[in-house]
Amino acid sequence: MMDDTPEPVGPETDAPKSSESSEVVLEVQDVTKSFGPLSVLRGIDLTLRAGEVLGLVGDNGAGKSTLVKILSGYSSQDSGRLLLKGREVHFKSVQDAAAHGIETVYQDLALIPQLPVFENLFLNHEILHFGLFHVLNKHKMRELTKRYLDDINVNVPNVNAEAGQLSGGQRQAIAVARATRTNASILLLDEPLAAMGARESRLIIDLVRGLASSRRVSMIIIDHNFAHLFELCDRVNVMQDGHITIDQLTKDTSLEQLTELMVSSYRSQLQNAFGS
Amino acid sequence: MAYSVTSPAEPESSAGLPSAPASSGPPEVGWRRYLWQAFVAQREITPLLITLALFIFFSIDSPNFLTSLGLNSAAGFAGPYGALAVGEVLVLVLGEIDLSAGQVFLFSSWVMYWLWSLGVPVGWAIVCALLACIGIGIINGLITVYLNVPSLVGTLATNFVLFGMVLIFSNDTEATPVPGAIPPQTSTVVPHVGFFGQMFGVWEWSEIIWVVAIAIAVQFVLTRTRFGVRVISTGGNLLGAAEAGVPVRRVKIMCFVLCSFLAGLVGIVDAIKYGSLDPGNPGINYILYAVGACVIGGTALTGGRGTVIGAFIGAILIGVLEAGLNIIGISTNDFFVYIGVIMIVAMTLNGWLDRLAARTRTG
Repeated sequence: MMDDTPEPVGPETDAPKSSESSEVVLEVQDVTKSFGPLSVLRGIDLTLRAGEVLGLVGDNGAGKSTLVKILSGYSSQDSGRLLLKGREVHFKSVQDAAAHGIETVYQDLALIPQLPVFENLFLNHEILHFGLFHVLNKHKMRELTKRYLDDINVNVPNVNAEAGQLSGGQRQAIAVARATRTNASILLLDEPLAAMGARESRLIIDLVRGLASSRRVSMIIIDHNFAHLFELCDRVNVMQDGHITIDQLTKDTSLEQLTELMVSSYRSQLQNAFGS
Repeated sequence: MAYSVTSPAEPESSAGLPSAPASSGPPEVGWRRYLWQAFVAQREITPLLITLALFIFFSIDSPNFLTSLGLNSAAGFAGPYGALAVGEVLVLVLGEIDLSAGQVFLFSSWVMYWLWSLGVPVGWAIVCALLACIGIGIINGLITVYLNVPSLVGTLATNFVLFGMVLIFSNDTEATPVPGAIPPQTSTVVPHVGFFGQMFGVWEWSEIIWVVAIAIAVQFVLTRTRFGVRVISTGGNLLGAAEAGVPVRRVKIMCFVLCSFLAGLVGIVDAIKYGSLDPGNPGINYILYAVGACVIGGTALTGGRGTVIGAFIGAILIGVLEAGLNIIGISTNDFFVYIGVIMIVAMTLNGWLDRLAARTRTG
C-alpha cells in the first residue's frame, strides 16, 4: 500500500538502472479492464520516470485509450494498482487526477476560442484584484503569461489574441502550457502532432522536449505515427491485445527495428489465433 | 543500430513560429490602422452609428422630437427593452435563451401588488416580488441544466405558466400598483415622495437610469470579473470549461437568475411609472424586442460572445425608431418592417465584421 515493497512483482523499483537514473513517478501494475465479456486490458505493467517522455503505440482496439482513461481518472480499472511516486492512488474523477498532477491535454477541447490567450492560460485559476467581487487582475495575468510562455519557448503573436484565432499548433502549445503552469507533473497527450504541418510539429516537439528536460515534466504520448514518436519520446511501449509487448528506449532502437518487432509480434499472434 | 533522433534534447532552441514576428511588428500607418481595428473590433459602433443617424434624422424632420416629450417616449420604449436585453445577453452568451424574462418583467409587479393588497408594506412587497423572480430564474436554470430541456422550450413554457397565473390571480381585471403609497408618474419631482419612491418609478427618468446603471454593472461583470470569464467559457466551450473545473451548471443557473431578477426589478419600476397593470399584456412581446436589441447590438446567438453595451444601444435604437416614427406621424405599422430590416442588416454586418476582425488580428 505504502512504499515499494521488495516484491519481485514490480517490474522496476526505485533502484536506478544503469541507463535511467531519475525517480519513478508513475507505476502501473497488472492493471486489467473488461467491458462485459470483452477484456481490453489484460495486465498492463508500465513505468514512467520524472522528465521522461513515453510513447504509447498500438493498433486500434489495443487498449491505449482505455489505459489513458484510467490514468486520467475518467474510468477506473477492474484490478491492478496505480502508484504515484510509490504511493497507491485511486482517482475518483478527472478533477481528482488533476489534483494529483495528472492532466490530459486534448487539442481542440481544452481552450475557449472566444477568450484571449492569457485568460485561457489562467482559466479557473484567475489572478484577482479584490477577493469579494472577483475582479480580474488582467495586467498581472498578461505579464505572467508572457513570462511563462517565454520561459518554455512558446511564441504566440500576442497574448491578447483570441485562442480561436491561433493555429492548431499554437493552440496545442497553449493547452500544454496551461496544464504545466498549474501543477501537472504528468501529462497525457493524445496524438499531439495530428494534422500538423512540419513547422507546427516543430513547435510542439520542442515544447515537449523542453518541458521534459528543464521542468522534469513526464509525459505519455499516444500516437499511431512511429516517426512522431521517435522525435518526441525517450522510450516507446507497444500495446498489443491488452498487453505491453515491447518496451524500448528510442536511442537503443530504430524505426525499422521497432516496426519489424511489431509486425513479427503481430504475425505470431495471428498464427496463435488461427492455430497454423 | 543507433538511430539518431534529430537531437531532441535542446530546450534552448526557440520554438517560435517564423511567421510570428510579422504581426508583432509596428504597422505602417499606426493610428489609422489602430482606428480601423477599434472600429472592426468594437461591435457596439455599428448600432451606435445607426442610432445617431436616426436621432439626427428625427430631430431635423420634427423639432418636437428633441423636446422632453419625444425623448421621454424614446426612453419609455428603450427602458423595458434595455433592461430585458441586458439580462438576456448573459443568457445568450451561454448559448441559451430566456423567453420568460418578458413575462417576469410583468409578473413581478403583480406579485408586489398582490402582497400589497394583503397588507404587506410596499418595501417588503418589492423584496418578496424580487425573491419570486429569483425563484423563477432558478426554476428556468434547473429545467435547462438538470432536465436537459432546451432553454428555448423550457423558458417558453415558464412564460406561458406565468402569463396564465397572472390571468387567474388577477381575475382578468386591470389594477393599479400600490395606489396611494407611491403615486404614478408625474412630470415633475413630487416633493412628498422620498428618494426610494422617486427611484422606483415616480421620477420620469428613474427607469432609464436604472437601466443605464444595470447595463454598466453587467458589462463590468461580464468583462472584468471571474464570473464573466466563466460565463464566456461555458458558452464558448462547455466541455472545455467543465474540464478546466468551471462549475458550468452553477454558472448557467446563475445567469438565468440574474436575467429574471433584472427583468423583475425594472418591471416594478416600469409598472409604478405607468401606474397600471394589465393582465392581458403578454410578456413575450417585450422579450422578442429585447432579443432583437441584443442581436442588433452584436450578440450572436451561438454563445461565447456578447456585448451588454451593444444590447443597450440596440434597445435605444428600437426606442428612438418607435418614438421617432410616432412623432413624425408615420404609421406605427411601418415600425415593424423597419425593425425587421434593421435586424437582418445588423446580423449580416456583424458576421462581416467578425471575419474582418479575424483577418486584422492575425494578419
